[in-house]
Amino acid sequence: MSASWLLGLGVTTLRLGVPYIMAALGGTVSERAGVINIALEGLLLLSALAAALGAPHGAAAAALAGLGAGLAAAAVFGLLTVLLRANQVVCGVAMFLLADGLSRFLLKVVYGSTSNSPRLGQLEGHWAPLFVTGALLAGLLLHGLLGATTFGLRLRAVGEHPAAARSLGVPVHRVRLLAVLLSGLLTSVGGIWLVFDQRQFVALMSGGRGFIALAAMIFGGWRPLGAVGAALLFALAEALAVRLQAQGLPLPNYAVQMLPCGLTLVALGLRGAMGTRGSRPPAALGQPLD
Amino acid sequence: MARPATPARCIAITLALVALNAGLLAVRWHGRGAPAEGALRVGLVFDVGGRGDKSFNDAAYAGVARAQAELGIYAEFIEPGEGSDRESGIRLLAARGFDLVIGVGFIFSDDMIGVARDYPQVRFACVDYAKFDEHGFVLPPPNMVALKFREEEGSYLVGAVAALRSPARTVGFVGGMDIPLIRKFEAGYRAGVRRVCPDCRVLVAYAGTSSDAFKNPARGKELALAQYAAGADVVFHAAGSTGLGVFEAARERGRLAIGVDADQWDEAPGHLLTSMTKQVDVSVLETIRAVREGRFQGGLRVFGLREGGVDYVYDEPRRGMIPADVRAQVEALRAEIIAGRVRVPSTPAEVDPG
Repeated sequence: MSASWLLGLGVTTLRLGVPYIMAALGGTVSERAGVINIALEGLLLLSALAAALGAPHGAAAAALAGLGAGLAAAAVFGLLTVLLRANQVVCGVAMFLLADGLSRFLLKVVYGSTSNSPRLGQLEGHWAPLFVTGALLAGLLLHGLLGATTFGLRLRAVGEHPAAARSLGVPVHRVRLLAVLLSGLLTSVGGIWLVFDQRQFVALMSGGRGFIALAAMIFGGWRPLGAVGAALLFALAEALAVRLQAQGLPLPNYAVQMLPCGLTLVALGLRGAMGTRGSRPPAALGQPLD
Repeated sequence: MARPATPARCIAITLALVALNAGLLAVRWHGRGAPAEGALRVGLVFDVGGRGDKSFNDAAYAGVARAQAELGIYAEFIEPGEGSDRESGIRLLAARGFDLVIGVGFIFSDDMIGVARDYPQVRFACVDYAKFDEHGFVLPPPNMVALKFREEEGSYLVGAVAALRSPARTVGFVGGMDIPLIRKFEAGYRAGVRRVCPDCRVLVAYAGTSSDAFKNPARGKELALAQYAAGADVVFHAAGSTGLGVFEAARERGRLAIGVDADQWDEAPGHLLTSMTKQVDVSVLETIRAVREGRFQGGLRVFGLREGGVDYVYDEPRRGMIPADVRAQVEALRAEIIAGRVRVPSTPAEVDPG
């Protein structure tokens, strides 16, 4: 294992990590405000498609379209869960199903294919450093936002005890809505990255990353830096499976494929052994407030 | 103030969203008017993806479309959404008394056997049929034909092309889901490489062990980047849309890739050495012709190089990818396989015993 091999592993980890980090951060900010967000996978998919649709007008338009789609989808989700107080898990599943169907439908209507969009040459460029730096920075910023600002304090308060927060004059619904919108924005960066990296949209290209991000969020103890760390750990496991296969080692393929799952199990076991220290879900998670 | 969140309202909202979604995915019909008197009635049910997948489904459609034009048959197509729609699609066509019902993809194997037993007077064809039980391969009933392909033979030829175009004597293979069907591609490819370049290295990677592995371009790109970094000049994929990531890696690194199933040149022009093609259209047209001429036979029907069921794309000098001497060597290999002088292995274990 030479230095260049390790460097390659690191680069692969960071590239694979971007969608995990962004979606895990999106999940964290929403759940800290008390809104369960299992719509992450759908948000990734929708923002990826929107970015592809915006791409003919340039990379900036693609990014804006992706962010806009994330925001719009989050607004719908927030409307249903925060204002109409529908069941958050059920709405999250419905949002995912909607994103799944809508993305296939638009793919067929716009590109006449059920498989993939044509290549989007406008997205040519070295985007990886930008997105990787952005994802890591987003983790730090969210850490600061939640820990050291009034808004962050209110956000955490409405996730822990919304009635108490309201009695102190915190506009619970508004804070929760903002948290869900921020969640949509953060997660959409992951979807935008998928399209910028592949330079095309491919049906179901989110590939379950939103669900893995949920695991990273929980494993990270509902804290931004924890989420980033957990997302990177999952990405490292995936990168190992990718890079080890290219070595032509006489390892059975299934052993290599098992690596991410095995590493996850070990990590979760360690987490469990640590007890509930710092990994307690927000107390009012999933509870709407009148 | 909003009304309280009763379970009824949650259900109503969810139902509305799901209904909208179901509407988008609903079974769509493409009929072509009423059948002419006495015309052969053929129904085709697509795999997930449906028309526009640039792969099997499009190829199967092309086969039926040719039969419509050349044989004057009547055809109907069904694009199922997910899962159970598939079985109801073939059952619907069978119940309406179609002469031939075609299912595109190994995923139909189970369902089609069941429906074929229920409708013995209807004939069925399953592309890429693969059903195994504890005793091994399950032969289809007499009114059903299993259309299978010798992917290993086509892969053998593109393996030879890849090795002959690799100055670094290193080539790669990226498979989708790790299953015997995809292992056939790997086995043929490795045998082809070894035949023309015994000391060439073949790097092998699989995207995963579930069907998601066919839909993960980001993973495919990283797998190919790793193989290019390890010295591979050419990477062959058998990984569905995961392979689109392989092409993107080839562009980024300025290397070569090999497509699969259909001619994938348009996905990465200038970076595609060739594509290993499965002539699903040929097999479908052939089956329809057999039904029409009253010589339909159930059982196993295998399309290899000899039957024109697999091939590789050669479009020179337009593309400038395969030099004449390479072409000549590969064509000599084709002749050997067709003459039966070479048997191409279909499992990796046969390529590398032990």
